[in-house]
This record gives sequence, structure tokens and C-alpha cells, in this order.
Amino acid sequence: MKDTVTERFVGRSVARVEDPALLSGHGRYIDDLPVSPGTLALAFVRSPHGHAEIRSVETAEAARAPGVVAIITGKDFAARTRSMTVGVKADVECWPMAVDRVRYVGEPVVMVVATDRYLAEDAADLVAVDYAPLGAVVDPVAALSDDAPVLHPSLGGNLINERRFRYGDPEAAFEAAPHRIGIDITYPRSACTPIETYGVIASYDPGEDAYDVTANFQGPFSIHAVVARSLQVPGNRLRLRTPPDSGGSFGIKQGVFPYMILAGIAARIAGAPVKWIEDRLEHLSASVSATNRQTRIEAAVATDGRITALDWDQIEDCGAHLRAPEPATLYRMHGNMTGAYDIPNMAIRNRVVLTNKTPTGLNRGFGGPQIYFALERLMDTIARRLGLDRLEVIRRNLIPAEAFPYRTTSGALYDSGDYAKVLDRAVAEGGLDALYARRNKARAAGRRYGIGFACVVEPSVSNMGYITTVLTPEERAKAGPKNGAQATATISIDPLGSVTVKVASVPQGQGHRTVLAQVVADKFGLPMDAVRVLADVDTMRDAWSIASGNYASRFAPAVAGATEIAAERLRDKLAKVAATQLNIPPDDVIFEAGRIGAAGNPDNNLSFARVAATAHWSPGTLPDGVDQTMRETVYWTPPELEAPTADDGVNSSLCHGFIFDFCGIEIDPETAEPKIDRYVTMHDCGRILHPAMVDGQVRGGFAQAVGAAFLEEYAYGPDGSFRSGTLADYLLPTMVEVPEPVILHHETVSPFTPLGAKGVGEGNCMSTPVCIANAVADALAPEGEAPDIVLPVTAAKLAPSIFGDEPAPKDPVPETKADATTGGRKLTGEGRAMVQASRTDVWKMLLDPATLDAIIPGSHGVQKVGETRFKADVTLGVGPVRGRYKADIDLSDLDPPNAVTLSGQAVGALGTGGGQGRITLTDTDDGTEIAYRYEAEIGGKVASVGGRLLDGAAKVVIGEFFRALARHCGGGASSGALARLRGLVDRVIKGGRS
Amino acid sequence: MPRLTQNETHPVRFTLNGRPVSARVQPRMLLTDVLRHEIGATGTHVGCEHGVCGACTVQIDGEPVRACLMLAQQAEGCEVRTVEGLATDDALTSLQEAFREHFALQCGFCTAGILMTLDALFLRQPDADEGAIREALSGHLCRCTGYAPIVQAALAARNRIKGGPIDA
Repeated sequence: MKDTVTERFVGRSVARVEDPALLSGHGRYIDDLPVSPGTLALAFVRSPHGHAEIRSVETAEAARAPGVVAIITGKDFAARTRSMTVGVKADVECWPMAVDRVRYVGEPVVMVVATDRYLAEDAADLVAVDYAPLGAVVDPVAALSDDAPVLHPSLGGNLINERRFRYGDPEAAFEAAPHRIGIDITYPRSACTPIETYGVIASYDPGEDAYDVTANFQGPFSIHAVVARSLQVPGNRLRLRTPPDSGGSFGIKQGVFPYMILAGIAARIAGAPVKWIEDRLEHLSASVSATNRQTRIEAAVATDGRITALDWDQIEDCGAHLRAPEPATLYRMHGNMTGAYDIPNMAIRNRVVLTNKTPTGLNRGFGGPQIYFALERLMDTIARRLGLDRLEVIRRNLIPAEAFPYRTTSGALYDSGDYAKVLDRAVAEGGLDALYARRNKARAAGRRYGIGFACVVEPSVSNMGYITTVLTPEERAKAGPKNGAQATATISIDPLGSVTVKVASVPQGQGHRTVLAQVVADKFGLPMDAVRVLADVDTMRDAWSIASGNYASRFAPAVAGATEIAAERLRDKLAKVAATQLNIPPDDVIFEAGRIGAAGNPDNNLSFARVAATAHWSPGTLPDGVDQTMRETVYWTPPELEAPTADDGVNSSLCHGFIFDFCGIEIDPETAEPKIDRYVTMHDCGRILHPAMVDGQVRGGFAQAVGAAFLEEYAYGPDGSFRSGTLADYLLPTMVEVPEPVILHHETVSPFTPLGAKGVGEGNCMSTPVCIANAVADALAPEGEAPDIVLPVTAAKLAPSIFGDEPAPKDPVPETKADATTGGRKLTGEGRAMVQASRTDVWKMLLDPATLDAIIPGSHGVQKVGETRFKADVTLGVGPVRGRYKADIDLSDLDPPNAVTLSGQAVGALGTGGGQGRITLTDTDDGTEIAYRYEAEIGGKVASVGGRLLDGAAKVVIGEFFRALARHCGGGASSGALARLRGLVDRVIKGGRS
Repeated sequence: MPRLTQNETHPVRFTLNGRPVSARVQPRMLLTDVLRHEIGATGTHVGCEHGVCGACTVQIDGEPVRACLMLAQQAEGCEVRTVEGLATDDALTSLQEAFREHFALQCGFCTAGILMTLDALFLRQPDADEGAIREALSGHLCRCTGYAPIVQAALAARNRIKGGPIDA
């Protein structure tokens, strides 16, 4: 068979086969799929606290609510499942929902199953959970201190894993080096936040003890094992399916898996299929995010800028639970910790800590943003410290072209590359000289303009064994080696000769089906529409393995590669069949234009369909040695992906692309807002299969990185309260914020993949944040010490560098220290009210339940439960977000009839509220003056979605209380804060009483 | 609008892509839920349910509207147009074709809303310039494309609608 077919599709930007359906509203995303009649809706009661013991869960009222079928607590759930597998050796349990303690805001506490989503959410509001708040810790360094609150008592602390690594002789290198240069890096939390949220449809068949789960999961399918184990069924009793379309993932939808377990159990208990579609608040507060990380990195540096050793100290924050596959974020880059540089010696200390934040998981770039931010900020710092040109320092350290395949000191085998050449091309074609001229001109005019660089090796096709680097070599030996990255592809030809390709790649918009149609159509000499591709997964029917799925940029190198191999095998078989029918040797067979024919003899050919159909219609006529199976399944795994070695070397990924970025950023002199003036990104991702899709990946990753660099942060209060629960708080870049980057390409094929392609999906999430940070640093301080840059680089963060520190206010508001044990952000205030009643009468009113009922805003009744204790049922609202709360009110420090301290704690479906006020009564000419000072706080859902309104809202609610007291006494004159608040009160609290 | 009672269902009737439709729903039900789960028109997507992402944008009497911020009952008697109503006889419109040619979508989840906004813009303003296009699109979030191809597709569609050259 001659390979004379020119590739007509691969390498070209053909139109995507996915698009007609997606453009006309015919996509099939999870929430579009038909469900069985009687499918119920699942809703969650979630924790309003960052850290609290669950004292009790009261479900009776919710159970009586319309449409409710089942209510499931953590204890009900735990009785039917096993804790999820944790990837390190540690005495800790990991449940998908809280059992006796909540550890992050948004953690599922109770599941409610009802006939529709509206009713399920209504009933969820009626579940009363009694919490005993505990101290919270959200900072990974603070979590390591001896007096930090401990999330998991069985661990005895918050450090769940620590490992030290040593490659080469770092101590000697540091000893010998004339310079030791280091920096500290704080990398924040953000996430790539797909527009489609999580969704799960689950059912349970008691006859076979089998679960059937459809979820917009993205893989890796190693997670299938985690889910099956937790559900306590063999793998063949967990059928996991994915919808044909998925509304973006970027890693995030790996994190849907705990909800598969939850929904499976909910379906089992409810006795009917259940469906859950996550809302945006649930997604932002409780799906997954990337890790935040605290890093100290030091380099041993020669006078010319050559680095001889690195010393990493990383503290990784994985949130409240170490969920599979974490701590993979910390180890995904382990082979690449020297980046694009030829550095022979390295020491690494890795610590993984748990904090009262959402558990972490896959997120585009996965570990890359964290390490390259540190490494490339370090390169910048080295150049500054030594007074060298930054680009020159980069060049002197790059791995030379002749060194490939290059083994890094920590064990990665870089497949191919020519870094210096790629860098030079980027500098020339991207116009660096012109950018320097632009910068110089701007600076000469007194403007703040900086240029940044970033050099990144982008790994792709993860070694499924890399995560075992977290285990000691002894633990690994005991557990057995793990390695490889199996990709699967099945190609079949039907009796009419049309071709179906089935892969387990679970795309979320990347266009896998188009690329595979290109690859296979080329191989068979067919038009693209003769090939139909399915890429969703059904674990009961499809070829899959633990590495299946869409992550680690594995599609082009691994899945397309496996498909190429399957197509080639099937083509070889068809060539033999055709050779018999055409009376030519198989080597002379060519596949072209829908026909299989003889090379050099255009008249001697048969239609592809006719040859392919032979095996179906007349298997008896096939030549000897050719079987009748018109179906080829390939399981491909690259031999280069070996298990970690006894000395902790790990080839963490199969392919290593190269990226060199540079950009110009100007800081606005009026607003301190940083703005990208020009961004150049040069990629070597091996062979390009579809140029427009590759550029689409680059642009998409770039846009997300722009968000991470300038806008996005999962913000937590010191008590663990979550403060970015809407897309108006967690800001994603819009068209206005994302400039168009200049995209350049260089192709160095990978010798390790069937098509020569490497991954390309994640690179800019690794390179762009630090490239921007380096440019901002250059703009802020062209010379001398590098300023500390912490993302996101907002105008507010840069303002002090531009304008100096803000002067202290003339009339400072007394600050109260945040108390991490009780609740959300503290708010303080004071006021006075004039009441036309005597001091004694006012005093009596404050102790009278009927009066309190009349004056507490939104009261539905006040009960006296002790001499100085009351219980109240109140409706409180922040703007349109109103909820019913159960409040406990305590009177203390009584000094009748002069002063009393009034404390209240309110807990409701929307979160927690609380406050304390000291009230002082003084006689006046016509009555009593009530003076008050208070501290108030609001936590939970209200704080997540209404953070911007909190200060005003607390003032309004408390002001309303005293206004009502004054009104009740027949007075009403007021002064101070109260008078100023009146207008606001009237506007916001409308009908607070019902 | 008729007087509605909480917790009871009431009929709501409107035209959807030119066809009369009706459903019996509670007053609190969102238009997105009625479109998607009562009528079965799942082309309109729900991304945030608080009016920021723009994925659920539909046209109500020709104006782009966030269907997640609208109660279904408010659509009584209106002409509702969704992404399913753009193409006729299985042929994509110039706008949809331009999106395909410019790779202006990846996962496609935000796309329906973007198409409805642009379609409304071009109906009103067939010669909308790039500034007007960007202004209209600034209320839409897309996490896949980085936006540039969307602007290119919109410009190409505008040119085609105007009868000019296909590429901007």
C-alpha cells in the first residue's frame, strides 16, 4: 500500500462539524437531555459557615412541604457509602457532604428531593441546621501554625502531606554560587468558571444494585473508580455517561464527581431518578477552584546569570478536603520545575495544607500558573539584581536545541524543541524592538509603561503515575507502580461503507469530532462527511480507561494519535481485501476520492464502500489471513511515561510544548488601571492539526489568563465567609477587557506522538499571568528591586505605588478586629434616638416580648425563654434577598434602668446574621435619649451574594429597630446616624413586618 | 395582566418563533424554565440566573431580553424569539454562517444569547459599526473564544447582511 494520499484535511482550518447544531439551538447539553417520567429534582442545603460543628438537623417541617419526596442528611448518606479515596497516606475521611462538621461555606449539608426544582429549593429553606461555629483558617501559612484551628482532628493539624526532594547536588551548587537570589510568591485562587454549571442525572436499579449516572463530567475516568468505591459497587455497577455536548469545562467539570455520588444515593433513597443542575452561587462557592499557593523560590546564580540550582518551598492550599486527584495540582509540573531552563540541581519542599475553603481540583493550566509565576518572576528578579538584560538571562539558561530529547533533573523527558530559535523568531516577528521604542517614548513622556517576558514549557498528556510522586518511594513500592496514559479509539465501518469513530475524549467545545473526522477521512481518502465521530462516553459500552477524558491537553497528541493508529490498521486490512479484488499487491493500493484503487492505474479501482462492505456481506470471500471484523479498537499508551523512579524522578508528561510571550502594559496615571498595550504569544505545540482551533485555544486560554491577572479572585473573609458568589463579584473578563494577542507559531514535531502533535490548550494560562506581572513590575519600578506583585493586579492594588498611601481619614471609624470564631465581616456603628417615654418605661419595653415583637424589624413573634433570653422568628432582607431567620436574643450586663447589652444571633436559609449593641438610657427634658453602639455581622449566602450591600444593610436593620422603639414609645425624634439612615430605611426596608 | 395567585398555576400564552404556545405555570416561574422545561425549547441556555452572563438572551417583541430575569407570565401575549427561530428550513442565517466560518464558538453554550443580541442589533441597525457591535456584546460572557472571533464574525455577518464583502 502506498501512502500517496495527500492530506486534504489535516492541517487545514476546515469548518467544524459541531457547529450547525450548536448555532441553531440543537446542542444536547446535560440540562437538555430527556429524562424518565417521574424524575425528581435535587437541591442542597449548604453550610453558611466556614467552619462549624453540626449540632442538629431539623427536617420535619421541610419533609411536610409540598412535593418533597426525601430529605437526606450527612449521616443518612454516610450510612450507605464509603468515604472518598484520598490520594495521600493520611488518617482523614473525605465525604462529598458534611457529616458532623462543615468546613467551607457552601459545603452540602442536607439533600432535598422533590417533584420539581422550585419545590425542592422551597423545602431546603425549611431545613433548620443548628451549628456551633468554630474558628476558621483560610490562609495556608496560618493553617500551619500551632494555634490554628484544625479542620480534621484525626490529622492533628492542617498539614496533610509533606515531601522533600533533592535532584543533583543543590547544596553544593548553592555553596559554590556567587549569588543566592530568591523571592516569595503569593498565588491567589481563581477558576476558569465555565458558563454551563455542573449537572447530574442519576438513577438506581435495586434489582442489580446498579447506579446509572449521567453527568457533564470531563474525566479523568480514574475518578470512575473513586465514585464506584464510594458507592460500594463494582465498576460494572456504575454506568457513567456524559452528554454529547458540554458548556465548557477548562478542568472544572472534573469536580462534579462528588455530586455523582450524592445524586446516586439521593436517587436510591428517593426510589426514583433525580436530576440536579447547579446554580451559579453553588458553582462559585462550592464547585472547585485552582489551588492558591505560597512559594519561596531561590536560585544559585553565576555572575553571568546562569542558574545552577533551584530551591523550591511550596505550600499548597487544597481547601477543606483533599479530593481526588489532589494534590495533583502540586505534582503535575513536578518534572518541569526547572521550566525551559537547563538547571542541573534542585531541591523541593512540598507541603499540602487544608483550609476552610472550597476543595480544589482541575483547572486549565493545572499547577502551571503557580510554578511559572514563581519561576518567571524569579528570572525577572535575577536580571534586576545582577543588572543584566532580562532576555539575556533567559537566553543563557535555555535548554539548547541539541540537547533534545532532554531529561530534566527531576525526571521529565522533554520530547523536542528549539527554544532559542523560537524565542528569536518571536522577538523579530512579534516586534520587540518596536515595543521597546514605544516604552521608551512613553517613559520619556512621564508615563508608566513596562515590558514583561515569560518563558514556559507547556506539558501535555499527563503520566497517570505522576501523582504517586506524593508518596515516598517506599510507599510507592508497596502500592505498586502507576504510569502510562491510555488513549482509546474505535473505528468501525458499517455495511453501507460509512465510517464511525468512537473515542472517550469528552470534549467541552474543543472540536474533537471535527479533528478526528479530518484524520480518518484523510486516512481513508473519504470526504469528511463520510466519517461520523462520537466523543461522549458510556462506560458500559465504550472502550475507555483511567486516562480517558479531556484534560492535560491530551486530545491532539494522544486521542487523535490513537485514532490515527486505529485508522491505519483498518486501512491495512482494507488494502489487503482490495488487493485481492483488484489483482494487485497490497503495497500498490491507494485510497483516494472515495475509492480504493491501484497506484498508477486510474481505471483499476473500487468504491471504498464496496470494499468495506465485503466483510459484512460476504466474509467467505476475504483473502487468507484477513478477518472479517470491520472494527478496530486501539488502546494506546506511550512507553515514555514510566512510573516515578526510586530517586523520585518522574516524567510527568509525554509532550512539552514551548511558549515565549512578551507584552507591553501601561498604567493609567489617573486611575492606576493597568492596560495591555500589546501582547505577543509564540507557541511551539508540535504539528498543528487545525490552525484555527489551535488559535482558538490560545485566544481562549489567553482571555482566561487576562481574567486571572487583572480581575478574578475567589475572595474569602478571615472567618471563611465566601465573598464572591455572583458574577458581579467574581468578575470575568468581557470583550472590553480582552485585547487580541499577536499569535505566532513554530512547529517542532513531537517524536513521541503518532501525529507529531503536542497539547496546546493550557499554555497561556501558565505564561500570561506572569508575563503581565513582569510587565507591571517593569512599569512600576524600571530599575532596582522588583516590587511584589500579587494577582489580580487591580487598580486598587497599584494605586499606592502610583499615588502613595492613602491619607488617614480625618474622622476615623473605629475598627473592630475581625473575630474568626463567630461569623462574617464585622460592621460597626452608633446612633441616638429620642423617645417620649420615661427611662423606666423604656427599660420595661426592652424586656417585654410583646414590645420586642413589635419593634424587631420583620418579627413574626418573640418568645421569652428565660429571664433575659428571647427567641424570635424574623424576616430580614438585603435588597431583594430576603429570608426568614431564627434569632436568639440575650440581654446582659444589665444596669436597670440605665444600660443593657443586647446580643442577637440569627440563622436562616440565607445565612447567618448577628450583632451586639450596648444601649444607654439618659433622661432628657421630654423623655429619654437612647444611645447605642453596635457591632454586627452577616455571613453565609447573604454575604456571598450581597457583600457590596452589607454595611448599609446592617445599619438599616439596626436603625430600624431603634426607630421602631422610638415609634412604639410615641416618640420619633432622632439624631446621629439614625437620622441619616432614615431615608435609606424607608427605601430599602419596605414591609419588613408581615 | 390578569391577577395571579401565588402557588397556583395560571395559563400563559405567547408566540414562540412565530408559533402560538401556552403553558400553565406558577407566577414565580422564570421564562427560561418555561421555555426549556415546559415547552422544550432548550436552545436558550441558563448560565448565571442573575442577569450577568447573557447566555439566556432571547428577543421579546424584537428587543433582546435576559430570559432568566423575566417571569414567564410577563411574556403573556408577547412575541418571543429564540435561537431555534433564527434558521429556516435547516439553513443557517448569514449570522450563524459567519460564526461558523470565523470559529466564533467553541462549546456553544453562550452562543445562543450572543446570536440573539446580534440579530436584534442588525435588525435595528444593519450598518452597526464595530463600536456598536462591541457595545452590544459587552453584556455577554464567553469563556472559550477570547471574543476576537465573535467580533470578526459579527462584522462579517453585518457586511453580508448589507450585501458587502463577506470578510470585514
